[in-house]
Amino acid sequence: MVPRLLELGDAALTLEFGERIDPAINAKVMAARDVLAAAALPGITDLVPTYRSLTVHFDPLATDRSALIEHLHAAAETMEKSALTGRHFEIPVRFGGADGPDLDEVAKTTGRSAEEIIDTLCGLELRVYLIGFLPGFPYMGDLPDWLRLPRRATPRTAVPPNSVAIAGPQAAVYPWQSPGGWHLLGRTTVQMFDADNAERPALLAPGDTVRFVRV
Amino acid sequence: MFEVLACPVPASIQDFGRRGYRHFGVPVSGALDSVSFRLANALVRNPPNAAALEMRLTGPRLQAHTPIRVVLAHAEATVECADGSRKPLPAWQSTTLAAGDILKIGAVQGGAGYLAVAGGFDVSEVLGSRSTYARAGFGSLLREGMMLPLGAADLSHPDLAVLSAPTFAGGPIRVIPGPQREMFTDAAFATFISSDYTVTQEADRMGLRLAGPTLAHVAGADIVSDAVTPGAIQVPGDGRPIVLLADCQSVGGYAKIATVIAADLPRLGRLLPGNTLRFAAVDTDEAMQALRAQESWLADTIASLKPLVTGIDLEALYQANLVDGVIHAD
Repeated sequence: MVPRLLELGDAALTLEFGERIDPAINAKVMAARDVLAAAALPGITDLVPTYRSLTVHFDPLATDRSALIEHLHAAAETMEKSALTGRHFEIPVRFGGADGPDLDEVAKTTGRSAEEIIDTLCGLELRVYLIGFLPGFPYMGDLPDWLRLPRRATPRTAVPPNSVAIAGPQAAVYPWQSPGGWHLLGRTTVQMFDADNAERPALLAPGDTVRFVRV
Repeated sequence: MFEVLACPVPASIQDFGRRGYRHFGVPVSGALDSVSFRLANALVRNPPNAAALEMRLTGPRLQAHTPIRVVLAHAEATVECADGSRKPLPAWQSTTLAAGDILKIGAVQGGAGYLAVAGGFDVSEVLGSRSTYARAGFGSLLREGMMLPLGAADLSHPDLAVLSAPTFAGGPIRVIPGPQREMFTDAAFATFISSDYTVTQEADRMGLRLAGPTLAHVAGADIVSDAVTPGAIQVPGDGRPIVLLADCQSVGGYAKIATVIAADLPRLGRLLPGNTLRFAAVDTDEAMQALRAQESWLADTIASLKPLVTGIDLEALYQANLVDGVIHAD
């Protein structure tokens, strides 16, 4: 698919590389993000990479829109690979029991043992595609087909903070207590968000890789 | 220092919001009605981004523990003085409270009202902003018994008032179609821009759910999540549009039929459940013209603020009622 430039109002533009969750598409997004970040155009406030698109938020009164569009076209064409300045994290997780109240049900639904689910999840090097939903909430993938489950029919009103959860092709860690419909498999003690760290308040950033380690 | 004596409806401290953290999943937040917010700050001689109190439905009751200059936008109040006397405080006119005075703020007109204080509310910054985002514990909603710290202020200049109460532009809420316009049928888009929509009770700082004709998708409402922004109009599978506001998430998984232009975001902040609205499609050139016109209106209004020497500004009354009436008599 040829990258498309989409208007998200008059204060944001979205460069869309595809419509699927796909590491190759995401790699182009991250490369485009690098190009835009390096250009350091005045007026740009946020660069938001997602699975398949890069959104540039800007102050319309402080931005040369046509210059920005030129840079976006250049970013869409870039053959550079993202430096993927991503870091690798190992996140310790206690699985099952009160920490992972949905583990047994997931085992039942998938017809696998709880052990196999834990081993599979801990065997993956997960890619952080985007941070959203809540500050610091990482959408990570990709889970094997047999482990992809729809969200719970009835979402929980309060998922405990630090819960490790799965839904569809994705895994995540809830940084805060919040409502949520994902399947809870375990919990970590790692702090996912630190508002005092202005440089990098979220532990994880798009482009990072994560491995869960059973403790 | 202000003490919160009562706060029947949650109110929050807001400024221009957090920029540069959306890729960490942090919402922008900030004042819903940034125009009224800036005008209120100008009326207490603050820089435009000073933190103010955003109120919904009805305001709190606050006691001044030091002399405090205050102004209200979209709300009125009664000042209860220590000697037992009471005086009304209209909107858009600053007054200086003495230590011990109680400010009893009444009903908020529209979706958001503001209390600005000279020096601004000096709560801690989180990620470069004093805006409250309660879900992640950034700042805190107002609670009874809270003490609100204020920044230093020079109160030697007289109080200020607007020449006449500002009238805000009406007309349809202007949108730029997309980014997923093609996921809707042409009939759905025509319905969207030609129908009245009503703000439902599901209205908060994250968004407004609208009631009105439902909007049909070509083939499903879900997309692989991409970025959203305040003003984006998501349409889930039930066809009922949701207009996102300042506390919205950074990404969303529903198709967006259109996005409200920056100049009209403050107008969304003024809407209440039950209000009706209509949308009109514009292009980015029209959006820029609207934004520049609004900025120049605000600059002119701020330039025309009048000092209040004795509490009642005779000169302003003269200009507003007499001179203006004569010149524009036809």
